[in-house]
Amino acid sequence: MSFRSTCLAAAAVLALMCGAAQAQTLRYANQGELKSLDPYTVNETTTNAHLGHPYEGLTARGKDLKIEPALAEKWEISPDGLKWRLYLRKGVKFQGGEDFTADDVIFSSERVRAPGSNFTTRVPTDSKFVKVDDYTVDVILTSPNPILNAQWDTWYIMSKKWAEANNAVAPTPAAATTPSFASLNANGTGPFKIESHQPGVKTVFKRNENYWKPIESNLKEIIFTPISSDATRVAALLSGEVDVIEPVPVQDIQRVNASGNAQVLTGPELRTIYLGMDQIRDELLESNVKGKNPFKDIRVRQAFYQAIDIETIKSRVMRGLSTPSALMIAPELFSHAGFTRPKFDVEASKKLLAEAGYPSGFEVGMDCPNDRYVNDGQICQAIVGMLARVGVKINLNAQPKGQYFAKVLKSGGYKTSFFLLGWTPGTFDSHNVLNDIIGCRDNPNSSRGETNLGGYCSKAVDALTDKILVESDTAKRNEMIKEAYKISTDEIGYIPLHQQALAWGVSKKVKLAQRADNSVLFYYATKE
Amino acid sequence: MTMPIPPKKVPSLWARILDSDILASFLRSKVTMVAALIVLLLFIGAAFSPWIAPTNPFDPASVFLADANIPPAWQDGGDPRFIFGTDDQGRDLYSAILYGLRVSLVIGGLGVLLAATIGITLGLLAGYLGGRVDALIMRIADVQLTFPAILIALLIDGVVRGIFQHASREDTALYVLVISIGLSFWVQYARTIRGSTLIERNKDYVHAARLVGLPAPLIMLRHVLPNVIGPVLVILTINLALAVITEATLSFLGVGLPPTQPSLGTLISIGNRYLFSGDWWIVTFPGVTLAILVLAVNLLGDWLRDALNPRLR
Amino acid sequence: MLAFILRRLFQSLLVMLAVALIAFTMFRFVGDPVNQLVSLDTPAAQVAEIRRSLGLDDPVVVQFLRYIYNAARLEFGVSYQFRLPVISLLGERAPATLELAFMSALFSLAVGIPMGVYTALRRDSWLAKIFQAVSLVGISLPTFLIGILLIYLFSVTLGWLPSFGRGDVVKIGSWWTTGLLTGSGWKALILPSITLGLFQMTLIMRLVRAEMLEVLRTDYIKFARARGLKTRAVHFGHALKNTLVPVITIAGLQLGSIIAFAIITETVFQWPGMGLLFLKAVQQIDIPIMAAYLMLISFLFVSINLIVDLLYAAVDPRLRATIGAH
Repeated sequence: MSFRSTCLAAAAVLALMCGAAQAQTLRYANQGELKSLDPYTVNETTTNAHLGHPYEGLTARGKDLKIEPALAEKWEISPDGLKWRLYLRKGVKFQGGEDFTADDVIFSSERVRAPGSNFTTRVPTDSKFVKVDDYTVDVILTSPNPILNAQWDTWYIMSKKWAEANNAVAPTPAAATTPSFASLNANGTGPFKIESHQPGVKTVFKRNENYWKPIESNLKEIIFTPISSDATRVAALLSGEVDVIEPVPVQDIQRVNASGNAQVLTGPELRTIYLGMDQIRDELLESNVKGKNPFKDIRVRQAFYQAIDIETIKSRVMRGLSTPSALMIAPELFSHAGFTRPKFDVEASKKLLAEAGYPSGFEVGMDCPNDRYVNDGQICQAIVGMLARVGVKINLNAQPKGQYFAKVLKSGGYKTSFFLLGWTPGTFDSHNVLNDIIGCRDNPNSSRGETNLGGYCSKAVDALTDKILVESDTAKRNEMIKEAYKISTDEIGYIPLHQQALAWGVSKKVKLAQRADNSVLFYYATKE
Repeated sequence: MTMPIPPKKVPSLWARILDSDILASFLRSKVTMVAALIVLLLFIGAAFSPWIAPTNPFDPASVFLADANIPPAWQDGGDPRFIFGTDDQGRDLYSAILYGLRVSLVIGGLGVLLAATIGITLGLLAGYLGGRVDALIMRIADVQLTFPAILIALLIDGVVRGIFQHASREDTALYVLVISIGLSFWVQYARTIRGSTLIERNKDYVHAARLVGLPAPLIMLRHVLPNVIGPVLVILTINLALAVITEATLSFLGVGLPPTQPSLGTLISIGNRYLFSGDWWIVTFPGVTLAILVLAVNLLGDWLRDALNPRLR
Repeated sequence: MLAFILRRLFQSLLVMLAVALIAFTMFRFVGDPVNQLVSLDTPAAQVAEIRRSLGLDDPVVVQFLRYIYNAARLEFGVSYQFRLPVISLLGERAPATLELAFMSALFSLAVGIPMGVYTALRRDSWLAKIFQAVSLVGISLPTFLIGILLIYLFSVTLGWLPSFGRGDVVKIGSWWTTGLLTGSGWKALILPSITLGLFQMTLIMRLVRAEMLEVLRTDYIKFARARGLKTRAVHFGHALKNTLVPVITIAGLQLGSIIAFAIITETVFQWPGMGLLFLKAVQQIDIPIMAAYLMLISFLFVSINLIVDLLYAAVDPRLRATIGAH
């Protein structure tokens, strides 16, 4: 072979390699940053999705969010519901080369409950993990828990040996004084490994060639960059600098779809956006009504409900990308059959207010985040206008989430009279909704109702909630859940608005499955 | 040493305005006249917005969400009720601009005045008195410069909230912004005035005034100030614009005026969100209004500076 | 002179202490850091435990003294959100911000001074008028809007320049990274530098023009002309040199401002610098990052002011006596 042809051949090979490598590198931009790689520190959807690439749990959730076996091949529950036997997958290796065994599961079960972990709810605090043999683990519970493994897909299993060798046995606490190895490095069993990680700047994932099962993705490399500014993120997608962005602002969806080189994947999200009213205090903190609390009167709550034109919010503020909701949970998680929103009716609303003794309305302050949910500030403004038409004057206090949450949450003393909030049940189950945001908050020793900012309280709902937790018959359980929702909806404890929609901007070269929990997972992605 | 020269007579500002053929110089410059006309129109529009504007965009009961994002009247889908179209809440943009202009000018004007007052006072004191006073004031300035306007706004906002726990944002935001702008901008005046004062105070006329026995405050105000105020006018005009823009930036970051009472800057930051979606009018009309205002104010400032400069004659 | 410098250094230390104190008083009001560390469904007892472990229950004075004690040993703590030492986070981000600030300062001086001189010398030419009008664009629109418009034009429509990030960076030494050695790095610098430098450019141009006009009318320039010196020598030898005193002051001060106000530009262009880190920290109430950033900025300001004062003395002989006399 002549020198010339060798050269040409080399160039061709090089070009092929480059071309191939290029095609299989996916660039991804998200609004949020990837901060710590320690899988037990930041419990938030985006972070969990990122870390779901290097790490995986005992179970996984499929594209339809159904629970699937992962590191646990199967599990059995004893008849009394107090013992779960987990059969672990054999032959799985961590990316660092360690074998995956029962020791790692037990280690992870301890680490996830250790101080500094933000995932303590993944495993009941009083449960025991017992090693039966290298590939079998028993979980001993003190009370039955049919949804024990509901959040195990984001309880990522770490290697005991690796953690011990690198002084990362405990989760990195917020008050850490020395950097933790685990927050800068990852060693899981997942389909991708972390090649480099610059916190908040850039993270590069590489395909884990030794992954234990084939995946549909053809990606060799994923380059993740956070882009917090909406316009810049959209610009980066339109100019082809990135292949996938999340989220696309709803008003830009048309523009992206019209661009020809990218499109927007939309779908319902599981988060429910709702309004809450202080029903606990005898006098509202921020109102011109003195000596009584108008929200204690169900007619006032219903008047508010009927004053809100949710369809116009959907068409104008959300550009059609929302699902008006009659319940405090998404229809994907619990059927809405039998529930409807009270009709939008300004006259009825005015009449109710007059009956309640406020013929010319009243004034009340409203708290609202302006950088947390899709167009949250605009939704609140729209509601101010709608309530103005029934005579209620709202003093809107829309602020960044840092200040907003500091004011309205328990730690801030629930200092709100009227607010907008969003909630996704972490377990994807109604019990979480009934317990955390609808349950009474009158018992200071119980964690029930801690995020029940309006303080709505129904003992009947609480009693049902307790039964729902331990009921393992699905049909009976659903009946009880429905009843609990019925009570709280009839009493208008809260005003659900809608489920917002997912909007992912995806290059036409990329095929990607969209999961309703807003996890962007690239083992479902292929790129031309 | 030579005999002290008798103090040079430095006429007061007003005296100089009347004395400076100011009208003549004004009439000579067509550009200045146009700029003055524009500024006058904008100020009138702002001051009388409740009477000029067809709707009241600050009254939520009169704003209909169903009217949101309507393009300008001359475009397809436009509505003759809304000449410049509507914003994302259905507010008439023309009315919103007039009302917003008023809010912006009040915040910018008061903020800049506050900054200039603090800055000029401290700058004169520092430059004229020197020594410990100078060091103290300049070190305070250093501390001040460390805190970007955003942070000052957050801080004052926080303190105000701490004091008035449940005051509505609509009531407090204006004061928070005026004080934030005042506190973030004074350093530039102080440093500029101090720099010039350091030079002026060694000049003969100041020495002379001191020898005559004039009290220090009088020397500072009547003799030094008129000679060092020139550059301040340039800064003042730029700062009025900058204050309006800072307010817009704070809105962009979510700590500005409540969106229910949008200023010009708030309108721009709202419109910024709709730049890619094709609703160009929401950002364009407030943006153009702001640009025209800034341009005109600056041209006036330039002219005023030349007209008032004692050394130019 | 040495005494002057020493005294200024001592004062600088006081300035930084004051900054830290103000910062700490302020942090109580900006929000609750713990809410940002946990999710909405974290049990309240755990939230309280985190708050206690971070020392947030202690009185502000105690927190402040503890911070000063640690800061004196160059321990600036660990970021709440990243769980990494603040020093290394800032160190990682500093090169990006410094490069951006340097480039935009260079841009504003390189464009602003000649434009200022030209508009002063050729006051009535049409080009001077165009310069003045164009320069006003830089101060008539908010930075974030200018940035987005540039992105829209040069990234989305024309596809010439990147819309975000630093491009490829090269590591120099143990921690410095530079984008100046790669093509993509240079390309990535253009839009942010212009966005950030536009305002300073206008300011410098107007300042140079104003000062120049003033100096040209003074007696000694008239005298120099009368002596028959060449116009060029008068303009650049005498007039420009005297113009530069206030320009140095402002430019020096602006360098600090550029770094402090890079926050918005960095946010718009997702420029991985300290400003972006700081803004995110404000949103997340990450107190260690906020505190360290403010300390760093105050250190920069204090140093720049010191240098400006010294330069002042060097350029203007009348001031040398004053400083010496202190």
